[in-house]
Amino acid sequence: MNPGDELETRTFSITRGDLVRYAGASGDFNPIHWSERVATSVGLPGVIAHGMLTLALTASAIDGWVGGPGRVVELACKFTKPVVVPDDDTGVDLVVAGTVSSVEDGLATIALTVTCGDQKVLGAPKAVVRG
Amino acid sequence: MPIDQSLVGRAFPPTAPYPVTEGKLREFAAATGGEYAGGPAPATFPIVMAFEAMNAFLESEQVDLFRIVHGEQRFAYERPIQPGDELTATLTVDTLRQIGGADLIGTRSEITDADGALVCTTRATLVHKGADA
Repeated sequence: MNPGDELETRTFSITRGDLVRYAGASGDFNPIHWSERVATSVGLPGVIAHGMLTLALTASAIDGWVGGPGRVVELACKFTKPVVVPDDDTGVDLVVAGTVSSVEDGLATIALTVTCGDQKVLGAPKAVVRG
Repeated sequence: MPIDQSLVGRAFPPTAPYPVTEGKLREFAAATGGEYAGGPAPATFPIVMAFEAMNAFLESEQVDLFRIVHGEQRFAYERPIQPGDELTATLTVDTLRQIGGADLIGTRSEITDADGALVCTTRATLVHKGADA
């Protein structure tokens, strides 16, 4: 990896079924991720994806770029916009793009852009990976 | 009702040791856009232990999980997680702020292995909207 390298953009679809699957795998059964009634009762626009699912998909894209898990040293983001997942068969698409911003002492810093529709859903997402 | 300021600096009891298995990593990878082919865990896997620690913290403070939205997350690794690891999360409340009727709870969970060595530090900002917010 070299500074300025643009990494291959990855797209992941997220359906309600994926939210159920992530809930089971992670242990995060917060009902705002599966119940419209509870989600809207706390002021959300509808059932939203786990922020951690969004970040885990981002990490999966990173693993693809660097040749497998185990190389991430740091990973950070803010969850700035909720990813609303409709109750249909197609769900929504999450698009993960990355650019290598610096390489130093064998560690590459990747600046990420994670979008759903035309909105960035993660704030300042960043990863540091071992080369 | 706002969360009690005296929580800042408090460490909660460690979670029970969590045995990391290949089967669990396969399940987690499949749920997060990947495919597990052996070796280290996906980068966000320690959220499994960190979430358990957060749940215990919320229960002890009588905070409803459904009033929590995740504001920010960080992972800093000392080494990759491998199958065969037994991991424990210890949660500390680092910061607490009130903004516009919501509590911003800054937590840190240290993930340690069976020898007590630090494997990963996870930091989460939890946004809590009280019932009267």
